[in-house]
Amino acid sequence: MSNLPVDEAIDPLTVTGRPDGWNRPPLIEPDGEGELLEVAMGPHHPSTHGVFRMDVALDGERVIRLKPVFGYLHRNHEKIAEGISYLASMPYTDRLDYICPLTNNWAYALAVEKLTGQEVPERAEYLRVILGELTRFQNHASSIGFLIQEMGASGTPLMYAFREREKILDLFEELTGARMMCNYMRFGGCRVDPTAAWLDKTRKVVAGLYGFTEEVDRLLSGNEILMARTQGVGILRPELAVNAGVTGPMLRASGVNYDIRKVDGYSIYNRFSFKVPLGDHWDVYDRYMIRLLEMRESIKILEQALKDIPGGPVMDPKAKIRGFRPKPGEAYGRIEAPKGELGFYLISDGGPNPYRYRVRPPSLINLTVLEDMALGANMADVVLIFGSVDIVLGEVDR
Amino acid sequence: MAVDEGLKIELGKQGVLVTSLQELYNWGRRNSIWPMQFGLACCAIEMIATTMARYDLARFGAEVFRPSPRQADMMIISGTVTKKMAPQVVRLYNQMAEPKYVIAMGACAISGGPFKQGYNVLKGIDRYIPVDVHIPGCPPRPEALLDAFITLQKKIDGQHLTGEGRPRHLDAEAQGEFPVPVQGEHDLEPASNPGVWTVPVVIR
Repeated sequence: MSNLPVDEAIDPLTVTGRPDGWNRPPLIEPDGEGELLEVAMGPHHPSTHGVFRMDVALDGERVIRLKPVFGYLHRNHEKIAEGISYLASMPYTDRLDYICPLTNNWAYALAVEKLTGQEVPERAEYLRVILGELTRFQNHASSIGFLIQEMGASGTPLMYAFREREKILDLFEELTGARMMCNYMRFGGCRVDPTAAWLDKTRKVVAGLYGFTEEVDRLLSGNEILMARTQGVGILRPELAVNAGVTGPMLRASGVNYDIRKVDGYSIYNRFSFKVPLGDHWDVYDRYMIRLLEMRESIKILEQALKDIPGGPVMDPKAKIRGFRPKPGEAYGRIEAPKGELGFYLISDGGPNPYRYRVRPPSLINLTVLEDMALGANMADVVLIFGSVDIVLGEVDR
Repeated sequence: MAVDEGLKIELGKQGVLVTSLQELYNWGRRNSIWPMQFGLACCAIEMIATTMARYDLARFGAEVFRPSPRQADMMIISGTVTKKMAPQVVRLYNQMAEPKYVIAMGACAISGGPFKQGYNVLKGIDRYIPVDVHIPGCPPRPEALLDAFITLQKKIDGQHLTGEGRPRHLDAEAQGEFPVPVQGEHDLEPASNPGVWTVPVVIR
């Protein structure tokens, strides 16, 4: 993180204040007379991100305070996982960030492999990269679609995004048997070996994806309304982003060069050449643009991986999938999930199930800066800023 | 009162349409079900996929998703209902205008599904509100949701305006508003609405 452009004159804490709750003095003084209008947005609201409530205090159209309220989808993921075996938690990870189940599988498999010291065969690593990047592509495509939907362009961009998503989901279904809840990765490899026909089909689909990014670019990037609504809105300063632990496209849109695929070099990402796009205006438009550019980089990785994928087994023959008892210890496996750093922290006490199972969800931690981005903005822009964070409530509340 | 089928066809050839008020009423309602835009969890993504071009819910006259419960005819419980969310679901259901229908989409909405053992998950939304169609699956495929729509259309088609089988909104004595549960000391209170759900008896 040495290349972080730190401005010494700006102390991030004085710029935005600590997000420590409702009771702090408002950073933006209401200028009119009379009372503030308090609006509870949610948990049922027309934006497409699930059950989430924002308690907003408004002075006219301006947001004076914003308090996120979550927990409407708290499904006891961690507590359930502590009572069942390591393998039995794998299907539950699908349901964390339910738009991209395969990256969740991957992060969890990585954590357990670190805990037990298992090796992953070459072919399985390639498969994981292919599936992970396909997941990233469809997540970013849907995310852009949802963002534009929240701007009021009801339908078209989301329809285009879901058209591509369906192609990718068909590939997932053919390989894993499920459209959304794939439950595909295992400790020490992957569950089934893809056929040559599947790989050919994937190559065909990937060849068509570039056209989709072009289409989105032509349709949206220069769009007058999109630019007017998103440029200069919801600015997240890099200092605050780093302090708050924001990761993923949000952090890179704030101009911080931090991509775990490059920094950590997990799996085999150091074999592929790809760029990490960075934003320079730190606003909602940058977050849209970063997602678009990352989709293109994903295609590059996919092309390289599909060209080089070797033969061999997809499962380590010595791997113990079920019924194992790891030695007492702890492990943290993290990957660059489409939404940011997704990590699983496991503590083993030598038993068949984890003693402590903790998820580091990117959505929740990216959401902590929502108030700082929304203060002073117009009410209509709050939905856009919220949409640009790209959260999934299954992961926020777990 | 049913019209003789042979006579109906014969009159139809002459350009005369004979129908009953009941058939006309059901035909209109059946083909313009407006769902509420209300997603809870994973199943909501499949619900969105169903409305998109590939599965095209518009073929069933049901593509108009309304953000407000006042304008909606049907609620798709698409996902896990937690104990924090259950009061809001019941409140939204109460705010919908009659006639109204409910589809419980997915294992979680039916019974709590994979999260049933969790301390914060409601074990089926049918404990509080009447559910018309249950679709199993985790999540159900878009085709399954379309099937639920067809099932619901058949159900609406079979409803009578008068008599014993008439729907709730035409029955002055039927329960109109459903009690909203509140978070008590340990659990939601009441634990279920006895008017719509009773503890199942296991016969061994």
